[in-house]
Amino acid sequence: MSVNLTLLTVMGALYACGIYLILERSLTRVLLGLMLLANATNLLILATGGYAGLAPFYAKDTPAQDYNDPLPQALILTSIVISFAVTAFMLGIIYRTWVLARQDEIQDDVEDRRVAETPSFDAEDDAEVPVETSEFPLTMIGTDGRAVSDRSPSDHAAAGKQEAEEPTITAGARRIPAAEAAAEEQPGSQNVALGPEGGPR
Amino acid sequence: MNIASLAPLAVVLPILGAALTFLLIRHSRAQRAVSIALLSLTLLLECLLLSSVWEGGTAAVNIAGWLPPWGIVLVVDQFSSLMLVVSSAVSLAVLIYATGQGMADGDQDAPVSIFHPTYLILVAGVSNAFLSGDLFNLYVGFEILLTASYVLMTLGGTGPRIRAGVTYVVVSVVSSVLFLISIAMIYGATGTVNMADLAIKLGDLDPGTRTLLHVMLLVAFGIKAAVFPLSFWLPDSYPTAPAPVTAVFAGLLTKVGVYAMVRTETLLFPEDTLNTPLMVAALLTMLVGILGALAQSDIKRLLSFTLVSHIGYMVFGLAMSSAAGLGAAVFYVAHHITIQTSLFLVTGLIERRGGSSSVDRLAGLARLSPLLGLLFFVPAMNLAGIPPFSGFLGKVGLMQAGIELGTPLAYMLVAGGVVTSLLTLLAVARVWNRAFWRKTTDADHPDPVLLAAPADAHTGRLDGRNTVTLLPRSMVGSTMGLVVLGVALTVFAGPLFTVADQAATDMLDRSSYIQAVLGEGAPVPHVLTFGGAP
Repeated sequence: MSVNLTLLTVMGALYACGIYLILERSLTRVLLGLMLLANATNLLILATGGYAGLAPFYAKDTPAQDYNDPLPQALILTSIVISFAVTAFMLGIIYRTWVLARQDEIQDDVEDRRVAETPSFDAEDDAEVPVETSEFPLTMIGTDGRAVSDRSPSDHAAAGKQEAEEPTITAGARRIPAAEAAAEEQPGSQNVALGPEGGPR
Repeated sequence: MNIASLAPLAVVLPILGAALTFLLIRHSRAQRAVSIALLSLTLLLECLLLSSVWEGGTAAVNIAGWLPPWGIVLVVDQFSSLMLVVSSAVSLAVLIYATGQGMADGDQDAPVSIFHPTYLILVAGVSNAFLSGDLFNLYVGFEILLTASYVLMTLGGTGPRIRAGVTYVVVSVVSSVLFLISIAMIYGATGTVNMADLAIKLGDLDPGTRTLLHVMLLVAFGIKAAVFPLSFWLPDSYPTAPAPVTAVFAGLLTKVGVYAMVRTETLLFPEDTLNTPLMVAALLTMLVGILGALAQSDIKRLLSFTLVSHIGYMVFGLAMSSAAGLGAAVFYVAHHITIQTSLFLVTGLIERRGGSSSVDRLAGLARLSPLLGLLFFVPAMNLAGIPPFSGFLGKVGLMQAGIELGTPLAYMLVAGGVVTSLLTLLAVARVWNRAFWRKTTDADHPDPVLLAAPADAHTGRLDGRNTVTLLPRSMVGSTMGLVVLGVALTVFAGPLFTVADQAATDMLDRSSYIQAVLGEGAPVPHVLTFGGAP
C-alpha cells in the first residue's frame, strides 16, 4: 500500500491543532478541536485506501488495480454525518451554557469541590457519643443494685416534651409546622427531582 | 425459516418505535403505549433469539444479501443474545418507571416530549452494538447510542446537566475518534473490517503492529467502559441526569464498552498477552472506584463510584482469558446490569420520598416506607456480594477462576476483590444507616417532606396546594420488577452459569463464530491461550 505524503502532513497538522484545542477551557475552542480531530481521522481513513484511482466499475475491461478502494470513502461519508450531528449538538450546548452562565467556559463541579473540602472527620461516624442515642436505651443494674440509665433525667424530660409536640421546621426566622411546609415541596422545586420528560414546571 | 434471521428486528423495531413516537409527539398517551408495546415486542423477540441460539448455535445474518466479508453482518451468539435479553428487560423496566414518573407529575404540557423517541434510539444503538459482526457497524452502534445519550443526559437543559453534559460529550467524542482511528489503522493493515475475517487476518500481522492496534482498541473501549485510569468522567457526569436516565446509562452504556472489550480480547486479539496490564487496570479500577464511593455523601454519586469499581470485576474475569474466568465475567455483567439499574431506580424513589439524595439530609425512611427499605436493601446486599445473592455467586466464580490461574497477580486480584466487596458493603451500609435507620430528628437539615405525614401511607400521596404522589404505583412496581429479576438471577444462577460458561467456551474457541459468518469451510487459526488455560 502506498500513501500520499501531502495528505499525511495535513493530517498530522490537523491532529496537532485539534489536540491543542481540546485541552483549552473555552467550549468553542474545544468544539473546533473536536472538528479538526474528526477531519484528521477522515483523512487517515482516506489514506488507508491507497493512491487515487478510477471509480469502481468504470469500464468492463479495466484491470482491478486501477480502481480506487471505495470502502474507505463510504466509511468517511458515515463519519462525516456523525460528526456533523455531534457538532450541531455541541453548538446547542455551547449556546445554552452562554444563556445560563454568560460565559463560554467549562464550569467546575460544585459537588466535587464540596467533597474535596469535607474534613475526614465525620461527626456521625467518628464522634465520641457521650450518651446512648439508640431508640432502645441501655438500662443496666449498677453494682449497688440501683437501676442505672445512661440518659440524664433532663434528657428524659426533653425527649418526652419533643415527642409530644408537632414536628416543626425553621423557615427563615419563623417556625412553621412541618405538614404545611411539606405541602409546598413539589416535584420541580429544589428538593424533588425533575420528571424525565419535563423541565421545571 | 430460521428464527435467528429475525435478528435485525432487534434494531429495527426500536427505530420504528422512535419514528412512531416522534410522529405522536403531541399525544403522550399514545406515545407511551407505542414505546412500551414495541419494547416488549423486542424483548419477546430477543428471548426467542436466545432460545434459538441455545439450540442451534451461533447464527449470522447478511444484511441486504451482501456476502461477508464485504457486506455488513449481524451475529447472534450466546453472549450477544444473553446481553440483548438482559438489556431489553432492564430498559423496559426503566421505560415503565419513567412513564410512571411522567404521569405522576402530570407531563401533559411538559416542554420536552422528546424522551420516548430518544430512549428508543438508545435501545436500538445498544442492540446494534451487541449484534454487530463488523467493526465499523460496531462504531455506528456506539454512535447511535451515544448521540441518544447526549440528548438524554442534558434533558431539560438546566445548569448542572449542561455542565455534566459537556464533560460527557467531549470525553465520548474523543473515545469515538480513537475508536475510528483504530478502525482506519486496522483496515489499512488488513483490508477488512469484518470481525470474523479480522480474526483470521490479524494473526498474520507483525506482533508489534498487532499490539499497537490492540492497545488502541482497548483504550477506546476502556474510556466507554470506565476502566481506571479512564474512568474519571463517569462520576462527574452521570448523577445529574434524571433518575431513570442515570439508571439506564449505569446499567447499559458501560456494559456495551465491556462487551466490546470482551470481543476484542477473545475474537480479534487472542494471541496477544496484554493480560497483565489488564489485570493491573482491573485491580486499580476496583480499589480506586470504591475508595471514591466511600467519600461521597450523595447516593447517586456513591453509586456511580461503585459502578466504576465493579467494572473492575468484569475486566478481571476477562483478563484471565480462561473459560472459567470469562464465564464468571459474563455472569457478572448480566448480574451487574440488573442490580446497578435497580439501585439507581430506588435512589430515584428515595429522592422523591425523602426530598433529597444526600445521606446528610435523609433519615427515617425505613419507618416512613418499609417497602422502599426492602427495595433498597435487597439490591444493595446483592451488590456488596452477601450470600446467597447473585453478586456473591458471580464473585465466587471470579475468585475460583483466579485461584485456578494461580499467578501472584491473580491472587492479588482475588484479595483486591474481597476488599472491594467489603468496602462496597461499608458504603451501602452507611447509606442504609443514615437514610433508613436513624431518627428523622437526628439529621442535620431534614427535608420537610420527611416530617409530614402523607394522606396515604402506601403511595405517599400528599394533599396540599397541588396533590403529589411521592411513590406512584407504576414507579414502585417497575422497580420491584427489576429487584425481583435480580433475585431471579440468584434463583436461576445454575442455568445462567451454564449459559455463561458455554458462551465463554464458544468465544475462546472462536470456530463457531468464524464459521457462522464465513461458512463452514473457513479456516480457524489455532491459538495458544495465555497460561495454557483451556
